[in-house]
Amino acid sequence: MNYVLRKLGFYAVALWAAVTLNFLIPRLLPGNPVDILLAKLQQRGGTVTPETREAYSALLGGDTTDSLLQQYGTYLSNLVHGDLGVSVTYFPTPVSEVIGTSMPWTVVLVGIATVLAATIGVLLGAFVGWRPGTWLDSAVPLTTLLAAVPYFWLALVLVYLLSRVLGWFPSQGGYDVVLDPGWSPEFIGSAIEYGFVPALTIVVASIGGWLLGMRNMMVSTLSEDYVLTARAKGLPHGQVMRNYAARNAVLPSVAGFAISLGFVVSGSVVTEQVFSYPGIGSRLLAAVTNNDYALMQGVFLFITLAVLGANLVVDLLYGLIDPRTRAKG
Amino acid sequence: MTNIGPDVQVAVEGPGGPVETTAPTDAPEPRPAGTRARPAWRMLLPTMTPWLATGLVLIAGVVLLGVVGPYLVGDPDAISDVGLAPPSAEHWLGTTQTGQDVLAQLAYATRGSLQIGLMVGVLATLLSAFFGIYGAYLGGAADEGFSLLSNVFLVIPGLPLVIVISGFVPRESRGLWTIAVVLALTSWAASARVLRAQTLSVRSRDYVAASRLSGEKPWRVIGVEILPNLLPVLASQFVYAVIAAILGEAGLSFLGLGASNASTLGTMLFYAQNGFALPLGAWWWFVPPGLVIALFGMGLSLVNFSIDEIINPRLKNARTARRRANAARRAARRTEAAR
Repeated sequence: MNYVLRKLGFYAVALWAAVTLNFLIPRLLPGNPVDILLAKLQQRGGTVTPETREAYSALLGGDTTDSLLQQYGTYLSNLVHGDLGVSVTYFPTPVSEVIGTSMPWTVVLVGIATVLAATIGVLLGAFVGWRPGTWLDSAVPLTTLLAAVPYFWLALVLVYLLSRVLGWFPSQGGYDVVLDPGWSPEFIGSAIEYGFVPALTIVVASIGGWLLGMRNMMVSTLSEDYVLTARAKGLPHGQVMRNYAARNAVLPSVAGFAISLGFVVSGSVVTEQVFSYPGIGSRLLAAVTNNDYALMQGVFLFITLAVLGANLVVDLLYGLIDPRTRAKG
Repeated sequence: MTNIGPDVQVAVEGPGGPVETTAPTDAPEPRPAGTRARPAWRMLLPTMTPWLATGLVLIAGVVLLGVVGPYLVGDPDAISDVGLAPPSAEHWLGTTQTGQDVLAQLAYATRGSLQIGLMVGVLATLLSAFFGIYGAYLGGAADEGFSLLSNVFLVIPGLPLVIVISGFVPRESRGLWTIAVVLALTSWAASARVLRAQTLSVRSRDYVAASRLSGEKPWRVIGVEILPNLLPVLASQFVYAVIAAILGEAGLSFLGLGASNASTLGTMLFYAQNGFALPLGAWWWFVPPGLVIALFGMGLSLVNFSIDEIINPRLKNARTARRRANAARRAARRTEAAR
């Protein structure tokens, strides 16, 4: 229980840090975002009332007479009420709505791809590490090539090969635009068809790290006494591999999930640009090119929130599979 | 631009250079353990393996391309009327849409990417050394605080944060150093955690305690007693920081958010993407830059493999045991055949 509380406490601190960072960045950096934003807003046909100005100032800082602490208070209370301002890029849609419609695309894509990459990578790593010295094992360093490939470049190459040369998959977008978004089988089918290459990109680019980490831990675990004992008892090889070696070797991979997820999310944000995928990464970039600071901050906040949530779930899971975390208290 | 020569030299010298010098004495057949003691400093160097050699060759190739290449190729910005020409004898890697030579651009872009990779690598390693080593050395509340800080930075996704920061910085003030500092600030956390764990284990050793008790100053205890033990870890973290920086900068530049005064492999890909290299099928335009990044990253990772064997001797034991088993099997087969 202590472990759970400690983890919850840590993620509360991390969340607070992200929210505060989000508050401080526009105030510490040069330039006056509020003026640029309001000019853009007027261009799009929005009316700028003193209230609008005040709302954006609370979000981004600028020419308010309030002290920093008061601004922070307004910012936090706006945040709690889900008021993230109005997007300029998608005027007059509120930021929270823009995020709401694009978030599921990214969460599903990155989620499925990460789970697939982790599962395949860990299984392969366990298999390869179980017999060090085979030709397969000596080929393991080749996977570093995959780990060092930029996600978006791999996306370009895959689109070129699979979509342009072979013509198997569509190259742009997240679904067939003639279909209405919804839960109809046609729409889901088209979403899978369009999402295949982006998902493949993420899986291929991130699988190397999982494989390598698992393989190295497997090799280390094989020299443990309990593996030797299990073998000496004459247990079947498969059982020793699964229940003795792999089970313990997988722990660091799970514990290192946070680092991996950070890389995957960073990579997929850029990758969405290649596919014009309707996810949150494309929204972030649209926001940056349009100086849409409100949307930028909102997207960053939600990406961070999603990553923190996923890490919290994995950490709690880790507490379940590794009894030592609970024993230490 | 001018300071890249000596700096790059250092990067290769660190993990690579000394290895080459020891290779001849080590390569043919390792002496059976125990016949003669190896000098202590040699224990800090990786043994030469085919993969390490591959890594060093890859690194040397890319560094040569970036350091020497720009002097051998023509002007990367010179436009000509042979637009989008596939590779030929005249243009080894073809031309861009406006007839610029891709190879010339690649050489200059590689130089830019190496430069930023090195800058960020040094900055991030310094930051992680400060938070990781100094925090763990101090212990107590400082350690708790530093550790919490690095854990928080670890879970906040790096690139989105960098994108947001770059979005707020006006384009004209987005120089090379700005980008380098932002990338370093968002990428030091993972290595700080690794360094902290290592420092904690070194810190509790007797000779460190003796040095502290005898009244040595903290910087001396860290610099003379602790740091030498951490050199392999620091080297491997530096190598990872360089890879991460080159990848991060490439992503940022690909989105058009990179340094405004630099040309890197990422900006090359940005122009390729915006010049419709993909729909036009100009693979020679967008494949080389990514390939250079991937091969350089692979080279660095392979070097890191060998460094990992120093940090975690079990990996090395597995390799040597494997080699001995193979040799034994071969010998058995030979005697079998002779009989």
